[in-house]
Amino acid sequence: MEQLAALLDALVYTRSRNEKLRLIAEYLRTTPDPDRGWALAALSDGLDFPAVKSSTIRNLLKDRIDPVLWTLSRDFVGDTAETASLLWPAPERPPSPPTVGEAVELLLAMNRKSVLGELPELLDRLDASGRYALLKLATGGMRIGVSSRLAKTAFAHAFNVSVDEVEEYWHGLDAPFDPLFAWAARGEAPPDIENLPTFRPFMLAHPLEDTVVDLADYAAEWKWDGIRVQLVRAGDETRVYSRSGDDISATFPELLDVLPFSAVLDGELLVRGSTQGGPENARTQGGAASFNALQQRLGRKTVSKKMLKEFPAFVRLYDVLLLEGQDLREQPWTGRRAQLESLIVRLPESHFDISKVVEARDFDHLAKIREGSRDDAIEGLMLKRKDSPYIAGRRVGYWYKWKRDPLLIDCVLMYAQRGSGKRSSFYSDYTFGCWDGDPDAGAELLPVGKAYSGFTDEELKKLDRHVRQNTVNRFGPVRETDKSLVFEVAFDSVHESRRHKSGLAMRFPRIHRIRWEKPVHEADRIDALRALIRD
Amino acid sequence: MAAPAPSWIRPKPHGIYIAPADCWVDPSRAVDKALVTHGHADHARGGHGRTVATPETLAIMELRYATRDGATPVAYGETIRLPGGVDASYLPAGHVLGSAQILLEHAGERVIVTGDYKRRHDPTCPPFEVAPCDIFITEATFGLPVFRHPPIEEEMQKLLDRLAAHPDRCVLVGAYALGKAQRVIAELRRAGHGAPIYLHGAMEKMCRLYEEHGVRLGELRLVSDHSKDDMRGSIVICPPSALNDRWSRRLPGPITAMASGWMRIRQRARQRNVELPLVISDHADWDELTRTIEEVGAQDNWITHGREDALLRWCQLHQRRAKALALVGYEDEDD
Repeated sequence: MEQLAALLDALVYTRSRNEKLRLIAEYLRTTPDPDRGWALAALSDGLDFPAVKSSTIRNLLKDRIDPVLWTLSRDFVGDTAETASLLWPAPERPPSPPTVGEAVELLLAMNRKSVLGELPELLDRLDASGRYALLKLATGGMRIGVSSRLAKTAFAHAFNVSVDEVEEYWHGLDAPFDPLFAWAARGEAPPDIENLPTFRPFMLAHPLEDTVVDLADYAAEWKWDGIRVQLVRAGDETRVYSRSGDDISATFPELLDVLPFSAVLDGELLVRGSTQGGPENARTQGGAASFNALQQRLGRKTVSKKMLKEFPAFVRLYDVLLLEGQDLREQPWTGRRAQLESLIVRLPESHFDISKVVEARDFDHLAKIREGSRDDAIEGLMLKRKDSPYIAGRRVGYWYKWKRDPLLIDCVLMYAQRGSGKRSSFYSDYTFGCWDGDPDAGAELLPVGKAYSGFTDEELKKLDRHVRQNTVNRFGPVRETDKSLVFEVAFDSVHESRRHKSGLAMRFPRIHRIRWEKPVHEADRIDALRALIRD
Repeated sequence: MAAPAPSWIRPKPHGIYIAPADCWVDPSRAVDKALVTHGHADHARGGHGRTVATPETLAIMELRYATRDGATPVAYGETIRLPGGVDASYLPAGHVLGSAQILLEHAGERVIVTGDYKRRHDPTCPPFEVAPCDIFITEATFGLPVFRHPPIEEEMQKLLDRLAAHPDRCVLVGAYALGKAQRVIAELRRAGHGAPIYLHGAMEKMCRLYEEHGVRLGELRLVSDHSKDDMRGSIVICPPSALNDRWSRRLPGPITAMASGWMRIRQRARQRNVELPLVISDHADWDELTRTIEEVGAQDNWITHGREDALLRWCQLHQRRAKALALVGYEDEDD
């Protein structure tokens, strides 16, 4: 555990990507099995120990220090594991640290009751860095500036194998990835994933920004406002994966018996409705509802019949990666598109359609079409190079996303809370509101949204200072400000919502500009925001 | 519950006001008469009609504001009589050169304003003196139980180990130009590091002022007078603001370090792009704050700038009377 603790500390303080790769690769080469496999899992996807949650740690600590002092500390540090590692009473006897493998076995064996006695025993065997490493390992979510992709790349570097191959095998294996180490480190045969419904990493797009492309080389499609999914069938089993590779099959049971052949399909998951694609699309493709409707279906482990009926899901297909044992990913987009168009007839209309290609005379014409897409509640356009193979990740020049311009509105800062991770200990999560009438005639502010991005580090410091110096009230970790600052907030769309007092909810709100100079009574009214609803 | 505050001493947003003497402690804007605890800019603003402080603090203010107008020196242990029957005595606070707690006595009541302080050994200034009082007005910069500063020897060792591991590079240490920089240098000397230490231009005058006041800092060189190669394997000290500045491009592969109590929190170090966090502070940590409140044993504790909530809670848990003051203008992001 000391080596892992040292690695985590080094990674936290290393800026250079190459240096991070070197540190992880070095650890993976020099650490025995299964420790390195568990560590790799912790650095990439994270490990899951059902008995050990953030709340478990919180409860353990609240038995040992005053709950108010714990909450204030956690709020400031912005990370439960780190706060606990710092506050844990130093053990009297010298530490006898466990290996990573031993720690994992002990954590796996814990249940909700035994954890209260066994986790403290484990923590007592470690110093502050070791406790941090253990708690990070136990609760997942490292927040040390290492992405899953970086960890896999480091693995590839460590054993001189291709990262694409690592990606390919990755999703068919579980921690501690023994077959992966057997193949890469010990020269044995590669893991067999042929007949498993495993996730294949998505091909992603770059923002178009100022690039102009020639439509002779690129095809345009709508960027639908649902969630990107991969539908995989191998043998008799079908699974649905989210963009991050999470298995969300249980959330969408209606998709599990509608794919009649083995394939890996890429598409947008939507629910039926009449918003997306507008009336024209409703005729030709069957309409889809706004993201707001889809949200009713997300994150559920079980789905009621009522839900299935009220918000039926379907997949609007973008691409085909594998088809009946044939790997199509090396083929150009045009070839895969032709395959997709011929296979769609074999799929039930109730659950599938194809994302149609948007025809335009030239780039300027396409820009006009995109301008007009506002009413359709779609996110914008995708541009795909016609000769592009399907490559995992984001490769420059192949796919671009061209989102429509955001909507803007002036709001007033009302409440602030401290952030976590990079923004830890700064007041960086802001709730803002609009006037419910004429502010000069006694109108009040009603909260309309919350944002924690869109500002620079310098601006964050100023905002943090503003919050601390203009606090009028405290509710636990939340500070109410004197409502003296205007934010220009950018957002993608706005919907009716019962969750907020204002009856409105914004999609992807972020701080566009801080209007230090603008008087608060000039901020927008709720009515102005309501007028932007397109549901 | 707080006791009713005596009418002669009033916490106001811009400082602590001593009514009978018409005088302020560490006011955050210019006033006619100011008592100043120490030379950091957030406590020692310029432009007061009269400034009462230790001779060292006055020298620091003169360096910063280029004027001695209205300067009234009071040495450690001395008392000055203010109008309205108020006596002010200056006691060492152990924070930086010249830093003082101010003991105010009026009508049989004793009030101490600590300014900033610490309880650790510091080769650059005399240690904090515990004095009894009725009201103890304490800082709380690191007033959370997660802040426990490790022994400075450990942090020096970390710094010297990293230096030894990279003989072709330099370690660039971000440190407050007043106090922290000189303490780090003095501690490096105490740890046996005799090599020349390189300074950012903004550090030079303050270091010279320290030496004039008897703090030995060994051989110091200016970065601007030397080539990249001269500085390989050396320690370079700069203000925190210069750490990620273009300025550092003239250095040989700098390893970025920062000496600050905030470095105890990993994400804080990451926010500043620090590769080598050194947990070194000139403020009291949680244990020092609570110990000091116990040792001073005042009937009432007023807690200012910093994490007041937690210290307030601690006082409540330990049956000590306390309240938080809302003073504006004190910033200690860089300590």
